[in-house]
Amino acid sequence: MQTIIEIKNLRKIYKDNKVALDDVNLNIFKGEIIALLGPNGAGKTTLISNICGISSITSGDIKVKGFDVVENYREARKCIGIVPQELSFEPFEKVINTVNFSRQLFGKKPNEKYIENLLKKLSLWEKKDQIIRSLSGGMKRRVLIAKALSHEPDVLFLDEPTAGVDVELRKDMWNTIKNLQNSGVTIILTTHYIEEAELMANRIAVINNGKILLIDKKDNLIDRMSKKTLIIHTNSKINKIDKALGKFKLRISKDKKNLEYDYSPNKKKTGITTLLNEIKKTGIELIDVQTKQSNLEQIFVEILKND
Amino acid sequence: MINFRSIKAIYIFEMSRTFRTLIQSLISPILSTVLYFIVFGTAIGNNINFTNEIPYGAFIVPGLVILTISMQSVNNASFGIFFPKFLGTTYEILSAPISYVEIVIGYVGASATKSFCLGLLILITSTFFVDLNIKFPILMLCMLLLSCVSFSLLGFIIGIVSDNFEQINFVPMIIITPLVFLGGSFYTIDVLPDFWQTITLLNPIFYLVSGFRYSFFGTGEVNILISIFSISLFILLCIIIIWRIFKTGYKIKT
Repeated sequence: MQTIIEIKNLRKIYKDNKVALDDVNLNIFKGEIIALLGPNGAGKTTLISNICGISSITSGDIKVKGFDVVENYREARKCIGIVPQELSFEPFEKVINTVNFSRQLFGKKPNEKYIENLLKKLSLWEKKDQIIRSLSGGMKRRVLIAKALSHEPDVLFLDEPTAGVDVELRKDMWNTIKNLQNSGVTIILTTHYIEEAELMANRIAVINNGKILLIDKKDNLIDRMSKKTLIIHTNSKINKIDKALGKFKLRISKDKKNLEYDYSPNKKKTGITTLLNEIKKTGIELIDVQTKQSNLEQIFVEILKND
Repeated sequence: MINFRSIKAIYIFEMSRTFRTLIQSLISPILSTVLYFIVFGTAIGNNINFTNEIPYGAFIVPGLVILTISMQSVNNASFGIFFPKFLGTTYEILSAPISYVEIVIGYVGASATKSFCLGLLILITSTFFVDLNIKFPILMLCMLLLSCVSFSLLGFIIGIVSDNFEQINFVPMIIITPLVFLGGSFYTIDVLPDFWQTITLLNPIFYLVSGFRYSFFGTGEVNILISIFSISLFILLCIIIIWRIFKTGYKIKT
């Protein structure tokens, strides 16, 4: 896969000596959606700000399409569009004017057709002559996306695009992001909504305390890190686990009717057959058996706990 | 290579703000100047005579122009850059493929243009009240332009270093207005006691007003070259400060 952004040994230390990014290495591939997942203050926005030139780099290298963001900042920045976390606008400006301004600010010739198509794609064309202040929150967010895409960038940074957005608008935003990816734009998404990362991203990077703790394809990550739980429903109350079952590290459910057994589905031997045989020997009568897969949220919590 | 399109985008965006706030940008300063002319030029001015050759009404024209354009230049430029900071839209300027010099040209250029036009409008307005024969019109236009640029650069610095609206208004109200009033805008310094004459020589705006007045009447209180040198020095100082601000990212970048 073609690398579009290459980050090497990136460090960012603020004036108060707070280390915001600590030796970050990351390659972002063309056409993918990569989610930067991390709690508040993890360094997600700082990373984006460093790539886009909004904050200065302490040390390390960042290249966008092969252009160094410091030495060849003009070429590098032409490739980038950014949608900030906050809804930041000149409130009395018309939608069409602010989008045209962004395009020209990035050195592009005016292109009415492109802007018209862009606004139509984002369902903003009807609102083009309205002042931004009069728009709803969701519309404002879309105007920010339109501004970021106005100069036809190859890479789009979306910093918490659905923060504070209601469920319906969030789904709407997810569709928009997917459509953008289909049109060939590489998307870097920061979020602390696990569901968003799980649904949208091709790859997920978990970031905490300025370090990338883990980066992998979403499916690999879930496969690699996931645990399954076997829930064994019995027809009698279980107060104590039989000694013979001690080696399986079973748990008793709250209603004391089920036994729970964690196992890794990727291992050759899960221990399920042996467990069920041992349970049979103890005389416990089984009613039902079911499995539960851990989701990305549980994996995320696990990773942060181990950090 | 200079990114003219980006400069133009900032310039036009800033200029368009003028038309949205026409009363504040043009009508209000012109009205204030008209009132000065009526009060100082006509009502009181007929009883004042600093120089035998120049009527008082005409004498105060350069000072009034400097008074207005200095305030407007500082206000235009400081609000121009402070507003994006306040609204959080500086991210767009900082992430654009545009150099610091181009950013300054865009903002300061728009601010200076607005003030320059305003200065010309005030001059035109003054002709309704006094007979005005400008001795060196080209020099006058150059001095006007230099003044607009220098105060716009100062305004740009104020806009960057200010954290709130109170700070934005502090410098124009507390520093520039007194300096303009005490810089010989409405009188010649020889009417002051010796001590205050010496103090006035430390006021940079005195040289500006003197140079500007020279372009109107062919006489100034200091040599025109000293005036031009002073303005150039002031512009250079502002440029150095702005260069340092961008170099260090002070109050712009984290």
